[in-house]
Amino acid sequence: MSSVSLTNLKEALNYDEIVNCMRCGFCLAACPTYKLSLHEPRSPRGRIALARAVAEGHLDLNDIVGPLDQCVGCRACEVACPAGVHYGEILEAARATIVEHKEQSALERLVRKVGLKWVLGTPAGIRFAGWALWFWQVTGLSWLARKTGLTQAVAGKAMAELEAAMPRVPSPVKRFMGGGPGHVFPAIGERRARVGFFTGCIQEITFWKENRDAIALLQNAGCEVLIVPGQGCCGAVHTHTGEEAAAHEQAKRNIAAFERHQIDYVVNAAGGCGAALKEYKIWLKGDPEWAERAKKFSASVRDISEILLSLPPIPLGPRPGRVTFQDSCHMRNVQKLVNEPRKLLSSVPGLEFVEIGNADQCCGAGGVYNIMQPETANAMGADKASRVKATGARELVVANPPCQLHMRASLMRAGLDKEGVRVVHLATVLRESMDAAKSQERTGQTTR
Amino acid sequence: MGDAALIQALQRIVGEQHVLHAPADLAAYAVDATPLLRSLPTVVVFPGSRDEVKAILELASEKRIPVIPRGAASNLSGGTIAIEGGIMLNMNRMNRIIEVDAANLTATVQPGVTTAQLAREVEARGLFYPPDPGSQVISTIGGNVAENAGGLRGLKYGVTRDYVMGLEAVLPNGAILRTGGKNAKDVAGYDLTRLLVGSEGTLAVITEITVKLLPKPETKRAALAIFDRLEDAGRAVARIIENKIIPCTLEIMDKGTIKAVEEFAHVGLPTDAAAVLFIEQDGPRAVVDADIELAGRLCREEGARDVKVAATVEEGTKLAEARRFALPALARLRPTCVLEDATVPRSHLAEMIRFIEATAKKYNLLICTFGHAGDGNLHPTCPCDERDHEELERVEKAFAEIFDKAVSLGGTITGEHGVGIAKQDYLEWKIGEAGVAVSKGIKAVFDPLGILNPGKVLPKATRKRLVVRQG
Repeated sequence: MSSVSLTNLKEALNYDEIVNCMRCGFCLAACPTYKLSLHEPRSPRGRIALARAVAEGHLDLNDIVGPLDQCVGCRACEVACPAGVHYGEILEAARATIVEHKEQSALERLVRKVGLKWVLGTPAGIRFAGWALWFWQVTGLSWLARKTGLTQAVAGKAMAELEAAMPRVPSPVKRFMGGGPGHVFPAIGERRARVGFFTGCIQEITFWKENRDAIALLQNAGCEVLIVPGQGCCGAVHTHTGEEAAAHEQAKRNIAAFERHQIDYVVNAAGGCGAALKEYKIWLKGDPEWAERAKKFSASVRDISEILLSLPPIPLGPRPGRVTFQDSCHMRNVQKLVNEPRKLLSSVPGLEFVEIGNADQCCGAGGVYNIMQPETANAMGADKASRVKATGARELVVANPPCQLHMRASLMRAGLDKEGVRVVHLATVLRESMDAAKSQERTGQTTR
Repeated sequence: MGDAALIQALQRIVGEQHVLHAPADLAAYAVDATPLLRSLPTVVVFPGSRDEVKAILELASEKRIPVIPRGAASNLSGGTIAIEGGIMLNMNRMNRIIEVDAANLTATVQPGVTTAQLAREVEARGLFYPPDPGSQVISTIGGNVAENAGGLRGLKYGVTRDYVMGLEAVLPNGAILRTGGKNAKDVAGYDLTRLLVGSEGTLAVITEITVKLLPKPETKRAALAIFDRLEDAGRAVARIIENKIIPCTLEIMDKGTIKAVEEFAHVGLPTDAAAVLFIEQDGPRAVVDADIELAGRLCREEGARDVKVAATVEEGTKLAEARRFALPALARLRPTCVLEDATVPRSHLAEMIRFIEATAKKYNLLICTFGHAGDGNLHPTCPCDERDHEELERVEKAFAEIFDKAVSLGGTITGEHGVGIAKQDYLEWKIGEAGVAVSKGIKAVFDPLGILNPGKVLPKATRKRLVVRQG
């Protein structure tokens, strides 16, 4: 690491952005890891101070690995910052610099290669993961490993709990029949737009049904929906883990895949992925070949909640029950979509929407944070679960697959699943309400 | 005592997990919100009780180790920089609201409670804690007391000092001092409570605070007045108060700030205006309505180009946006934001702002001024770049002249940020030789070994007035 010159380090760490921090501390009140620890190095102000100390040669890069790993990356601090510091850019630059210069263990290198390059790095890898997971669940291996304690022994408690919270993956046949890459779902009624659907990697495996719910909503809102072939992972997981170059590769692959088709919007149902897609323009701003293309692509990206509100409303039928909503941090803090999901939920007949106590606080999922930092992540999840309980809601509505999985595990830990509290995607709630309207229409009842 | 032995001794007092000493930990505690200052503590410690604070101070006294009490480190005067190293004593684990006493209208809290947390808690019970420093979402009550923090409601309600009724503090030798209490009337001896308020962590470590509460005002309402001439705004401030209206908030923004706010937030301010006044009144509805209508009329009479009066609380909140955006708008202009707090009697408001504008021009700087017009507490704010040393020298010279002018108008070098490191060389300008001598005497009585927040407040040397810095 000593081979890195200070000038290079300053540039790599985005020193220009670092000095914009005026250390006022307003970010502390927004930061979940600070609130848990009350320790400055676990706060955005502290982490920026550390990155600065490295850039100025007062600290070694190795010294700040721990504090940076502890950041969940929810970016609530950016919303709170009076000086408009782009904390996310500082964090990503620091993580990338660490990955570039830090000695990695053989195991870490292997995990990064298998997980990030081979599995999430290519569309084929993602498909393979889908088959593998289905096979794991359907053969009973999953059940056996759980019962014998093997999962926990091999993968650790955090992974075991997440594995147990994982919903049943639909079979490859079912997924194939449900419309895979290249499939076009026609618009229902007047066609208003042609949409390229971004499926997401994990989302398309573990929350496949939620994606199909979103597509059904789009169709009924007058969109022709194409599952753009050749798309892969959005790259957010790669930036979370400091694999900047790999993330940019993902971005370029996706932009190229969507450019091949005439579409009005790129739509997704995963708050975290959506944020990454919208930030491609920042990721690739320094790349002469890609900057303009990324800007155009990012401008066309819409969250499912965002696009539904911009189209004529879909008829919705009664779907009673008390629900609360957990914002995806990247949907709230990066995409700035706070009111959209709430508006949609409030429009569902019979649904009682109650606000959760700390809606602006991260649930702890944070991409792969709950696997890397289970202790902190689970503390955040536990806090969230107790707040869900306090609302008396029967369902926790989410808008991002990692939150959905993490909150399922968190509610299970808190025993709320036994009390019948469920975690459900916003698209599913809306789809069920839409279906209720349709069945009412069929049975001849009036919808309003 | 070696560092390792010190760390072990502290770990025995508070437990291992409440002591930080890794290089990265120390670097994160080397700064507060003051630009340009940085110094590493030796160790960082988080006591959980008064008795732990006592044990830490006894240890520090015995070993002659500096102790720097710290809240949220949002201060702007370098008050929490460990300039001589030592123990960074974080009070944020002691964050319990011990009691809200509705019968006596008091609240008793530990120092690590944030100002916003206290405000929320008492407002939920129909009560009101008026001091509202701009940093209240993170600033702690302990820090507010140590710095005698002000805020936007200072004109009508006063500052932190006016709400502290009693304190528990630990002296550097470990002795426990209790001052004041819940008595509205109490004249027993010297007012040690007031002495500790604003002592910037140099006399004792505050471990418990009893504050006075008020009934929560029934409603509030706001108006925004736009002026083409600064003097007109200054006269309007005086006229409002002459007419026996004491608004809870009466804020001014100068031309530079208006321009920055409008470019940042597009709230509809004319960028050619010379000043805007934001006026807010709280209290019984009828009084509030009458006061706001009259204040608006007086502004017009003094030459306001436009006066927007809010019809509802929500509309008032909207008008307040202009003032709220002053800091973010200026903070985003350049990397570094030097935010000062020169203060003058309010009758000299326009004159002071004019002087600041002229001084900025003289030194080729952008200095925008906003602040608490009603109480004369101005925030000349200079967006600059700390990497440009030549520019920083000009900033330094300009502010020396600004403080000098403030003092010569009967004002002060700091209205709410405190002296700390940043203003210590100017302190004598304000309190005089005798004031400095008495202050040094007081420090020696409380802290004969000089271990508590050393190098703060008391001047090592005094700057010659109107002579720019030598070397």
